[in-house]
Amino acid sequence: MSRPLRWLLGAVVLAAAVIALIAWRGLRVDAPHDGATPVPRIAADISDPVARGAYLARAANCRGCHSARGDEPYAGGRQIPTPFGTFRSPNITPDPETGIGKWSDTDFWHALHDGRGPDGAPLYPVFPYTHYTRVDRQDSDALFAYLRSLPPVDRKNRPHQLKFPYDQRWLLVAWRALFFRAGTFEVQADRDANWNRGAYLTQGLGHCGACHEARNALGAIVSDEDPAGGVVLDWYAPSLRASDGAGVAHWSHEQVVALLRDGVSAHGSTMGPMAEVVYESLQHLHAEDLSAMAAYLRALPQSEGESAPRVASAAHEGDKAWERGASNYAKHCADCHGDRGEGKEDPGYPALAGNRAVTMRSPVNPIRAVLYGGYAPGTAGNPAPLGMPPYHATLSDQEIAEILGYVRGSWGNAARPIASFEVTRQRTGPLW
Amino acid sequence: MITSTTSPRIGRALATALAALALWPCAVSIAGEVVDFEPRVRPCYACHGDQGRATPDGYYPRIAGKPAGYLFEQLLHFRDGRRVHDEMSYLVDRQRDDTLRRMAEHFAALDLPHPPPAVLNTDATTLEHGARLVREGDAARELPACTACHGESMTGIEPAVPGLLGLPQDYLAAQFGAWREGARRAREPDCMAQIARRLEPADISALSAWLASQPVPSHARAQAGPVRQPPMRCGVLENAR
Repeated sequence: MSRPLRWLLGAVVLAAAVIALIAWRGLRVDAPHDGATPVPRIAADISDPVARGAYLARAANCRGCHSARGDEPYAGGRQIPTPFGTFRSPNITPDPETGIGKWSDTDFWHALHDGRGPDGAPLYPVFPYTHYTRVDRQDSDALFAYLRSLPPVDRKNRPHQLKFPYDQRWLLVAWRALFFRAGTFEVQADRDANWNRGAYLTQGLGHCGACHEARNALGAIVSDEDPAGGVVLDWYAPSLRASDGAGVAHWSHEQVVALLRDGVSAHGSTMGPMAEVVYESLQHLHAEDLSAMAAYLRALPQSEGESAPRVASAAHEGDKAWERGASNYAKHCADCHGDRGEGKEDPGYPALAGNRAVTMRSPVNPIRAVLYGGYAPGTAGNPAPLGMPPYHATLSDQEIAEILGYVRGSWGNAARPIASFEVTRQRTGPLW
Repeated sequence: MITSTTSPRIGRALATALAALALWPCAVSIAGEVVDFEPRVRPCYACHGDQGRATPDGYYPRIAGKPAGYLFEQLLHFRDGRRVHDEMSYLVDRQRDDTLRRMAEHFAALDLPHPPPAVLNTDATTLEHGARLVREGDAARELPACTACHGESMTGIEPAVPGLLGLPQDYLAAQFGAWREGARRAREPDCMAQIARRLEPADISALSAWLASQPVPSHARAQAGPVRQPPMRCGVLENAR
């Protein structure tokens, strides 16, 4: 055999081996879990599986993604924009033709635990089975029992609109080989029951990391190596492991519970998609579950890295953009946020000086707050929230950039200014 | 509230009483706390003008003084997707019914002076056509007179029918368009959608122009209601809350 032929043969064998490995890793069905691993039992006092499933569905906020505004709950159709294109959530009511009416509890378990449809086809990880894989079989069955109890809605799933090559579903085999292993929740014996309960809720049903952890270019969560947040629905969800991000290790237990339950705490309010999570899901959870989540979140190891690098404060005299920013701040913002960004005692008028949401590396949240305003969610603990006015109609992109540049660089804040094109970018796409 | 049969003196007394009520501090109780709603509706001013009196720039409608039932219904429509305006839906999303109702009541209680109507470049024939449709409708096309539901003076009828004077022409025209396209809906049977679909583009221009060019009577309020004999079935009149 000539030398080039031998090389060629070697390359073919190697390629075949790599493909076989990927196929094996990507297609294999991980050893089925029978639910024997004991997990913290959520809502154990609810004996009716349907009612218990309803509670678990609240905790997972299934309805949030699986409902479109103004349409039947759980009938799907919500647009979920991602860097890979726009996904359309499917109908998960028990309609036999268009929903999951023909699924068995095992089909549902495969979807939740292993990210596979009833035909074995891999599911896109926009459905957070990367987190739900830690949910145990008993909870999966309860969720399924609840979904089966819903009125069936005849609503055909609309196709995703994905860019090439992400529209090639078979590529998920390789994605799974690289990034996914079906897992179980491992109880940490050196932690107390409360922490473990919080971990099970946060890592599993709550799938907090689906938004609050960074993803790589292929959409796989990578932040274990480098804590950072993720962009979701055009908002930035900062890392829960960053004290200058969304970390709460330095908050009191009560303040963390208040934020999760009421959508507002002395340290700030929830806006954007997180306000939806509070409204749809967290405010309905039992006190013991909120307390467990708070304990878990407060115990997360903390690092820094979310705030924008401090820039040397430039001399702003004669800087026209800075002066316009300052004067528009005085005109539009100072009434509520104070002349020196000090805010008021009511967290509905937050301080902007030293506010980590303002000085974050990614400026999309403050931009969106100024463009679209918004209220904290209406909850039992905060039924009539104060709100931020929207300025999309009255201020130009340039004016908003100048105001935010001034806010990000004043009163001890030292984050870089922002450019008007960064504001322009936030003017398109769905709002939530 | 002041009907034409009331004597002027009683009318003035009533108006004074109403004005006093409107000036009563708008403090309401939620969850046992006294909550002043004015700070809570300030975000509305960004588009709807100071205290909801509209801005001169001509699109966003005045909300001050509209009937509470109408405003509350619109807030629910935006929140639940029956009216389409992304920014508006985003603001009222995730708010409780009781909060939205109190926001509606806050604006409904305001009695603010109206600016003079816009001066429009509309020819007299078009305005006459608009005026005729408002007062008489067009029986041949099954178009009822606007006044049948919106009141003889077009200032609305409590609790759910809004006045149509003092609104920008562009806003009015856009609403007819939205009703035709299904981007604005009300409770079924959606009479305004049916009416809007029977209108020709020329009718919409004429109606919007005539309505936008009328002065608003001072202290204009919606008439006492409800609408007694609606000319067609309207879900919003049947379900007025």
